[in-house]
Amino acid sequence: MPVDDRALQQVAMSREEYRRLVEMLDREPTEVELGMTGALWSEHCGYKHSRPLFHYFPTTGPFVLTKVGEENAGAIDLGDGWVCVFKMESHNHPSALEPYEGAATGVGGILRDIFAMGMRPVALLDSLRFGPLTDRNNRRLFRGVVAGIGGYGNCVGVPTVGGEVQMDASYSGNPLVNAMAIGIGRREHLLSAAARGIGNPLVLVGADTGRDGIHGATFASVELSEGSDEHRPAVQVGNPFMEKLLMEACCELAEQHGDWIEGLQDLGAAGLTSSSVEAANRAGTGIEIDISLVPRRAQGMNAYEVMLSESQERMLVIPKAEHLDDVLAHFRHWELHADVVGHVTDDQMATIRDGATVVARMPVGIFGDPPQYPPAGQRPASLDRLQAVDPGAQPDVVDPSATLLRLLGSENLASRRWIYRQYDHMVQNNTIIRPGGDAAVIRVRGTSKGVAASTDCNGRFLALDPRTGAAMAVAEAARNVVATGATPAALTDCLNFGNPEKPDVAYQLEEAIIGLSEAARVLNTPVISGNASLYNETPGGAIIPTPGIGMVGVIQDIEGCLTIAPCEGDLLLLIGAAVEQPASRLAGSEYQHVVHETLGGLPSIDLDLEARVQRLVLDAHARGLLSAAHDLADGGLAVAVAEMCIAAGRGIAAAGVEVGPRLDAALFGEAPSRFLVAVRDTAAAASVVDLASLAAVPVVDLGHIRGDTIALGPIAVSVAAASGEWETGLERALAEG
Amino acid sequence: MRAAVLVFPGTWSDNDCVWALSQVGIESRKVWHRETHLEPDELVVLPGGFSYGDYLRTGAIARFAPIMESVQCHAEAGGLVIGICNGFQILCEAHLLPGALVRNESLQFRCTDTYCVPVNTTSPFTRGLDASRGYLFPISHGEGRYVADEPTLRMLEDTDRVAFRYGTADGRVTAEANPNGSMKNIAGILNERGNVLGMMPHPERSCEPLLGNDDGNAIWRSVLASVGVRT
Repeated sequence: MPVDDRALQQVAMSREEYRRLVEMLDREPTEVELGMTGALWSEHCGYKHSRPLFHYFPTTGPFVLTKVGEENAGAIDLGDGWVCVFKMESHNHPSALEPYEGAATGVGGILRDIFAMGMRPVALLDSLRFGPLTDRNNRRLFRGVVAGIGGYGNCVGVPTVGGEVQMDASYSGNPLVNAMAIGIGRREHLLSAAARGIGNPLVLVGADTGRDGIHGATFASVELSEGSDEHRPAVQVGNPFMEKLLMEACCELAEQHGDWIEGLQDLGAAGLTSSSVEAANRAGTGIEIDISLVPRRAQGMNAYEVMLSESQERMLVIPKAEHLDDVLAHFRHWELHADVVGHVTDDQMATIRDGATVVARMPVGIFGDPPQYPPAGQRPASLDRLQAVDPGAQPDVVDPSATLLRLLGSENLASRRWIYRQYDHMVQNNTIIRPGGDAAVIRVRGTSKGVAASTDCNGRFLALDPRTGAAMAVAEAARNVVATGATPAALTDCLNFGNPEKPDVAYQLEEAIIGLSEAARVLNTPVISGNASLYNETPGGAIIPTPGIGMVGVIQDIEGCLTIAPCEGDLLLLIGAAVEQPASRLAGSEYQHVVHETLGGLPSIDLDLEARVQRLVLDAHARGLLSAAHDLADGGLAVAVAEMCIAAGRGIAAAGVEVGPRLDAALFGEAPSRFLVAVRDTAAAASVVDLASLAAVPVVDLGHIRGDTIALGPIAVSVAAASGEWETGLERALAEG
Repeated sequence: MRAAVLVFPGTWSDNDCVWALSQVGIESRKVWHRETHLEPDELVVLPGGFSYGDYLRTGAIARFAPIMESVQCHAEAGGLVIGICNGFQILCEAHLLPGALVRNESLQFRCTDTYCVPVNTTSPFTRGLDASRGYLFPISHGEGRYVADEPTLRMLEDTDRVAFRYGTADGRVTAEANPNGSMKNIAGILNERGNVLGMMPHPERSCEPLLGNDDGNAIWRSVLASVGVRT
């Protein structure tokens, strides 16, 4: 087939990649073969720029059951035969064009990754990034994304229990929508997404196949531009009702009839192409599909369109031949279409027929062997200038009380209640800690166990130093989980970056992965699943690097998990550092952003200290010493204290605390490796101090929780005023204009 | 006592209802919407969810499900029926209860704790309840604003058929406590005989202290007491 530049551009394949394909095939590809290869070699499916860096990731640990990339999501062992699977995935580009459907189908896609493994989805979290809400378009995207997540999640009956959202100018027009799903089930019900058993049928279940989403994977692998709107047909439309039926049918199949099937695979990016080829690659088999057997919702679709359609709510089931009728009847009971569209072969070939005509026939291995481009990174000179900024050169804060109120009401720190009250976060009756705390906690029904989950990443730290910033993201996610009393077990990552073909982005990508891996290793939280979303660029430039971290921790005694709300009379202790902090700790902080409207300085983290601090908090909790805990992150000490006071509806008497020469750094600096913990009395406080001294971790007694004033060093604001600013901040930001 | 928990395609509170009922010792069986058999002494539960995706209109398609004819007969024979959230919407669509549930005044989905103050305290569902306080029942709906014409509202009030109104923990019915703009703060209503209850809040979500609260169990205990089971 003579191939022109336009045809290659359509599948985002370079001339060189095309030559590589011809060489591997030893002939020119057919149109269908080119389309299928383009999709599977795209960054979105093939990870061609990120895979060469995956070797940095620690992937094994005491809890880990699957290796990263082995299945649709990673699995950890909760003990006593219980398994937890989780994964986070991006849906950035679709959400930029169609925020509602983009976000909704992002939720649908990540859920299918979970129940494809036979596990029942028990929780969703969403990590979101937008441009500043002062901009009308950013507000439109924000509202649309939140509505889409709710519209889908609420309908399928999986609680949306957590996540985070941050606004930064670099996300203007290129929002990040990363959805994370968690599934729990019995180990014996875990399914594989492999096309095993020569001759077994391939059964396509769920929605009919339409023209929606063709080239979605390719579209996600190029920069957004003025012309991106033309890609609107590449955005899929979700049907959560169908998803709910699929989910129930697949979970029931795994739980009750796992012996009927060899494999279960979701159809995501690149649709039938990726699901069938990946399933064959996993099993070392081949597949043959007759596209004339695929039920369509549009007329006149050709093989190319059928194979690359990204119509949502479809699953590929590989039943054992002798149980085909059972499986078809099972899906009929759930009022779902299920059709045999092909079978497993022994030739390691992907053969696609349209009736009698073969339209594609390629070794499956070619699809699974995308070109790899080790990033040719170059440290940008701008980084030196940014890091050389001395936050101490700015004058110190003048009115700390007013500044605290301003920060509490700012778009990045204000309460997220406006968002999560639109999400059903309670369905399934297992949400023990609801959204609004450090991490959400979900009970494992039928046991005393629970899992805690949090998503985190402050891209500003990465903008200043990608290696340190990524390590800080892992540390913060782990701290959030620890604050509930859970032991961090493993993480999933969603690598959101700009165009990796540019040397500065390639540098950020590699540095961030190194930093992420270092922290994951030290904190014993291996990477078990993940996703890369590169090419997050608009004509305005690249996003700040944002490797979102989804951390999951394990709780052995669910009755004893901790919230951030202390009780009247409790003593509040700062763990991990002295109150006094150097001005350098303002680098990348929300204070620096809100008050000085700048970004500069050099953040840092001592991972060894971080690990000791986290162990100390877990140790103190295991001894029953703690009544509440909260990690220190965005907004620093003053904001964290205020958040605990707001949660308790009580003030704090800590006016006497020595704050040090730089008020701003002590109150609003964002040094990592710090917690606030509440203890009932001085005896418990003394025990914590003893444990801390053994662990060589600093502790400061701040004061008692009481009264209705937040009195912290020079700060004195009423809880009511703080709560008012914090509760209404986001709504006000969204209302403007 | 046993319960029949109905499952329509898209129902998602079925497992929560089964769990909550088990907390007070009521055994349940799930009944798929294509089935038609209900035992006369069963408590029939229409749980929350998005039956048939809420397409067309909430509850509008579910009312035509095969099981609904049996629900109608069950109710007419005096059997106990409770519809929660989407179940309430279905009961209204099926004309087992008057009025309708329309989009929340905020135009947004709301998932939050609410307090519901019992008004009727004589029905099988509410007879043990304390009308001087609010019971914590979470809500989770986009279309839960109860509306009815003026004569219907008057009739409901005059005949003691308002089961719950949104209010405060200490039992006051206030405008601020109304989460969705429901007329007269109505959160739940009864049929004429008092054997059919529809309510938007989810009592099955406040069923154990670990979840923060077990106020919802008061309804199931009342049901048990009404059939002579001591708890």
